[in-house]
Amino acid sequence: MEARDATAATGGFGRRDPARPLAAVRPRYGEKVIQALLAGCAVISVVTTTAIVISLLSPTIDFFGEVSFSQFFSFDDWAPTQADPSFGAFRVVIGTLSTTLWALVFAVPIGLLSAVYLSEYANPRLRQVVKPVLEVLAGIPTVALGLFAVTFLSPEIQDVFPGFIKTPPFAAGVAGLAIGLLLVPIIASISDDAMKAVPGGLREGAYGLGATRLKVSTRVVFPAAISGIVASVVLATSRAVGETMIVLLAAGGTANATFDPGQSVLTMTAFIGKTSTGDIGTGTITYDTIFAVGALLFVMTLAMNSVAIRLVRRFREVYE
Amino acid sequence: MSSKWWLVLAASGVLALGVAACGDDDDGDGDGGTPSGLSGDIRVDGSSTVGPLTEAIAEEFNAENPDVKVTVGTSGTGGGFEKFCAGETDISDASRPIEEDETKICQQNGIAYEEIQVANDALTVVVNPNNPVECLTVDQLKQVWEPKSGVKNWSDIQGLQPSFDSELALYGPGTDSGTFDFFTEAINGEEGAQRTDYNDIGEDDNATVTGVAGAEGGMGYFGYSFFKENEDKVKALQVDNGSGCVAPSPETAQDGTYAPLSRPLFVYPSATALENETVDAFLQFYLDNINAVAELVGFIPMTDEQLQASQDKLESLTAGGGTTTSG
Repeated sequence: MEARDATAATGGFGRRDPARPLAAVRPRYGEKVIQALLAGCAVISVVTTTAIVISLLSPTIDFFGEVSFSQFFSFDDWAPTQADPSFGAFRVVIGTLSTTLWALVFAVPIGLLSAVYLSEYANPRLRQVVKPVLEVLAGIPTVALGLFAVTFLSPEIQDVFPGFIKTPPFAAGVAGLAIGLLLVPIIASISDDAMKAVPGGLREGAYGLGATRLKVSTRVVFPAAISGIVASVVLATSRAVGETMIVLLAAGGTANATFDPGQSVLTMTAFIGKTSTGDIGTGTITYDTIFAVGALLFVMTLAMNSVAIRLVRRFREVYE
Repeated sequence: MSSKWWLVLAASGVLALGVAACGDDDDGDGDGGTPSGLSGDIRVDGSSTVGPLTEAIAEEFNAENPDVKVTVGTSGTGGGFEKFCAGETDISDASRPIEEDETKICQQNGIAYEEIQVANDALTVVVNPNNPVECLTVDQLKQVWEPKSGVKNWSDIQGLQPSFDSELALYGPGTDSGTFDFFTEAINGEEGAQRTDYNDIGEDDNATVTGVAGAEGGMGYFGYSFFKENEDKVKALQVDNGSGCVAPSPETAQDGTYAPLSRPLFVYPSATALENETVDAFLQFYLDNINAVAELVGFIPMTDEQLQASQDKLESLTAGGGTTTSG
């Protein structure tokens, strides 16, 4: 330690033996191994993604061999496991969009207001306590949130608004609310980081011109951090689209093509979860349907994630 | 169905104590009759309705014959027969008689089998306790549940007595459930065909109870045993099959008047398995204990005649195989 510190302090000048070349004397095998390990770790996620695409592809192709595109992308009945099957996938797509919509309706305002509070109003000590607590909420197992929705949220909503939930205890709104609870910390935390990253000079300039705290928050910091905020919302959206356990427990099992929060809906993920835990034979049309829906879901989340990545990149460029 | 398994555990716990006590007696009587020297594997698969029964019996049997391993799968009646006719299992649990196309596959593979009844069940249609309707005809049930049904409200049901105006909220099991198969066959006339806009609760019958108890216009269906557990939360409808309204009960299921929703439950041993002393002993044990276990697990036991018929059948089968296992 001391020797290295000394070298660093003098910039290494005059201490190094001039006869000794800069290149390593011995090949560092250990380093090579570590490098390979690191590369391997990086490759794993790429390989996994590729493997998922490949495994989705073949059953999906089989599926479209039997079911036409025009039937799959339609509002026909969604009954792939019945004796007389029908495959109107727009119904489960709408189901997914419905729970996602209600989750965002709940989570975006609350998440953003929490972020504004944490970043602009809360004193640092309070922030140090509140932020980790908020992030713990994101770590609650989704199955616990789903049960919370069915056994607590749903009866409470029924008490307050009798008749609102058409087929209790299941409703898109109930599931959306529970997913919203999961999204609040995601939106709040990322947006808070984005707002914190707004250079202090902008704030000070505004204060210098006599702006109030509210004006600084809403007219200066918020617009400056907008791309980070949008990224947080897009990330939250793809989290909501992919959420399975909560909708499986709380959204119901009826493929209603509706955005009514009081109706039960079947989401794409809930369909996959529900059907694949049953007893289905490999190669049957039901089996292929799971993969076709999975492929559609994959494409949807992939599109959303690429948008999110692009936004996050843009957000970075602004301040570096 | 899941909560039924808890009952099975509880029931087998109770029985385990009983058998432990009986075991002592047997030792005193002499060990000539007890099939204690048995060993081997017995593979059972099939209906998830009958599964809990077989499982309870298997645990008891295992307590007396620790060297015999009985595995009970629940692939559903259809899935069970698929494995059975491929020669993969010794006994198939079934909540309906074997079908013609299944018989053909069994014949092709040279699998001979026998049908033995083990219990009764009454599929129970449940509604909200505040619902004034007491009885529906089979046709009215069909109006509600048939594919592409347009019935959205109780008042849409033709000939409903008394009139009732409340939005329908339907709950039903998943399509891989034997209960779904049986109900669709009995009510809609085609197995596996039902309207699609009902709440698919998978295998979680408890969700049906919660839903029907919470929605004024709720309706759902499941096995009689599950209704008995939740009698305080939901109301069972009577069913009119042309000869008056009949309520589901052990009596009406046993004499078949609760039609068409009462059903016998079966086990199907294969002929090859019947040649095996261990399987014979297991089946004998099954019939000796079934009525006590059935009641504990909440099933409807067989009548004395039904039990006698099953026992006679088994005896003739095992006698033909040349093995005597009855103690």
